Amino acid sequence: MTHNNNGAPIMTLFTRGILLASVLALAACTNPDRFDSAGAGGAGGAGGAGGIGAPGSASDPRSPLYFQQTIGDRVLFQVDQSSITPQYQTVLDGQAQWLMTNTDYVAIIEGHADEQGTREYNLALGARRANAVQEYLVSRGVAPSRLRVISYGKERPIELCSDEACYSQNRRAVTVISAGLSS
Amino acid sequence: MMTRVLTLLAALLVLAMPAAAQTGGPLRIEITEGVIEPLPFANPDFVAENAAAAELARQIARVVSEDLTGTGLFREIPSSAFISQITSFNSPVQFSDWRAINAQALISGAVSVGGDGSVAVKFRLYDVFAGQELGDGLQFNGTQAGWRRIAHKVADAVYSRITGEGGYFDSRVVYVAETGPKDDRRKRLAIMDYDGANVQYLTDSNSIVLAPRFSPTGDRILYTSYESGFPRIYVMDVASVGRRALPTLEGDMSFAPRFAPDGNTVVYSLTTGGNTDIYRMDINSGAATRLTSTPSIETAPSFSPDGSRIVFESDRSGTQQLYIMGANGGEPQRISFGQGRYGTPVWSPRGDLIAFTKQSKGRFHIGVMRTDGSEERLLTASFLDEGPTWSPNGRVIMFTRETQGESGAASLYSVDISGRNLKQIRTEGGASDPAWSPLQR
Repeated sequence: MTHNNNGAPIMTLFTRGILLASVLALAACTNPDRFDSAGAGGAGGAGGAGGIGAPGSASDPRSPLYFQQTIGDRVLFQVDQSSITPQYQTVLDGQAQWLMTNTDYVAIIEGHADEQGTREYNLALGARRANAVQEYLVSRGVAPSRLRVISYGKERPIELCSDEACYSQNRRAVTVISAGLSS
Repeated sequence: MMTRVLTLLAALLVLAMPAAAQTGGPLRIEITEGVIEPLPFANPDFVAENAAAAELARQIARVVSEDLTGTGLFREIPSSAFISQITSFNSPVQFSDWRAINAQALISGAVSVGGDGSVAVKFRLYDVFAGQELGDGLQFNGTQAGWRRIAHKVADAVYSRITGEGGYFDSRVVYVAETGPKDDRRKRLAIMDYDGANVQYLTDSNSIVLAPRFSPTGDRILYTSYESGFPRIYVMDVASVGRRALPTLEGDMSFAPRFAPDGNTVVYSLTTGGNTDIYRMDINSGAATRLTSTPSIETAPSFSPDGSRIVFESDRSGTQQLYIMGANGGEPQRISFGQGRYGTPVWSPRGDLIAFTKQSKGRFHIGVMRTDGSEERLLTASFLDEGPTWSPNGRVIMFTRETQGESGAASLYSVDISGRNLKQIRTEGGASDPAWSPLQR
């Protein structure tokens, strides 16, 4: 992830990856049938991708980094809304395609809210958003067993200012890819 | 351990009181309307009855004074103004000397420390202008480590006798201690005295923890933690800090737990398939019952003190609003109808009011309304106020205030239900999600 140079957002993505690794490890403890503990970005067994890029790198279409950076790992939402706008339906079509091509991977969809709301309501709102993404991906053919949702409410903002420029980035659902059961 | 530290002897230290003093003399604060002019009182350092008690005698008197002045209802007269000194607990009081400096109430106390480290504190409260005691002298026994609790007990007795309300100083607050920047905030559960003293951390900062709540007897805490990787409800024993997760189905998310007055039932939110509803669970058997069944968000439930009803928030109308239903569910009645959004309702321990968070025109408020939704009053306004919790006597509300911007941070504030006496509670770092305990025993 060090080859990205556009500052804070990438640092944030890096942080999220680390967090996800621990989430998945713990999830594996409670649900070994669906998630193993290989961790985020493991890309184990992805193999060569026809010389398009180094295996596992962002230019390898089979890598989680490619999913994150090229396809787009997140959907943004309007205030208080959980409906997916056409722009993000396109992103999710790409996510669904990738997931159906790369069947070794599973995903956790993380729902988030901006800080303009009470804590517990925002937890529920984040869950609504993550679920909207999950339902969309399933409607495009991704097996429900490969998807899990979690809400962080307003606990994990990525942009820190207290105005709409930041809020609009924080109202998000992020599809975080990790290695699933080895094929 | 804390509950065993203190035993109330309720010892009568004086002869029988005149009947007039027992029924309440002129010394009285009526706090229902909010107090403009605080009542002046004198509280000389307590008398040290042996050498080992010298430091405690001074400290206990200071904490008693801080408790009283912290309410905004009392004003302490500085010792530099005193004409008389209290040098012996049993000497007659020169009321004229205290009247001369306009001390309406006078507290005198004495402290002794036993060879085993035990502490005995006696106090008397005088109505200076009536020239007599207000209530009986009392003695509290405790330990040196628990000296602040003894001081709070004294202050509760003074507050109670003068206001006619129950006290709230001998109480604790469980909250979420926060460190780190806004995008990497670390949270852990902490417990402290109501005034910020005696902080103890109950969890580490490896997992997000949210919104703790005390059991009706204060011995257990319900909270939400991400320690399993997903938000889930835990119950912790305060004394042992042992915890266990409440049962939940894989893939579901549970949060917003609160105890019912019976201490065995938990009401909470459960999210399944993206939809959040309210459930109740027998904490011992784990048997759960669904109380709401709508595609909208239902969360932040709170029992009425008699356990018969539950107030909660729902966005079924399109925005967050407050509703009341029976303890077993049923058709809820909406009670909030003002402009804006209403959330986090909390039923007062007296049963008469519901505190809430209101969002309106880009501002957050803590407010109270009657249980039928009438007589709404907003007590605060800021960029972000949320999550009210009631003092044990239902007179004060503590809540979270968060500042805005990249360096925004959370801290705890309290405010009187009259809207007066807004103040920040001392905490070591950031703090959020306070929950007030019942009065300790």
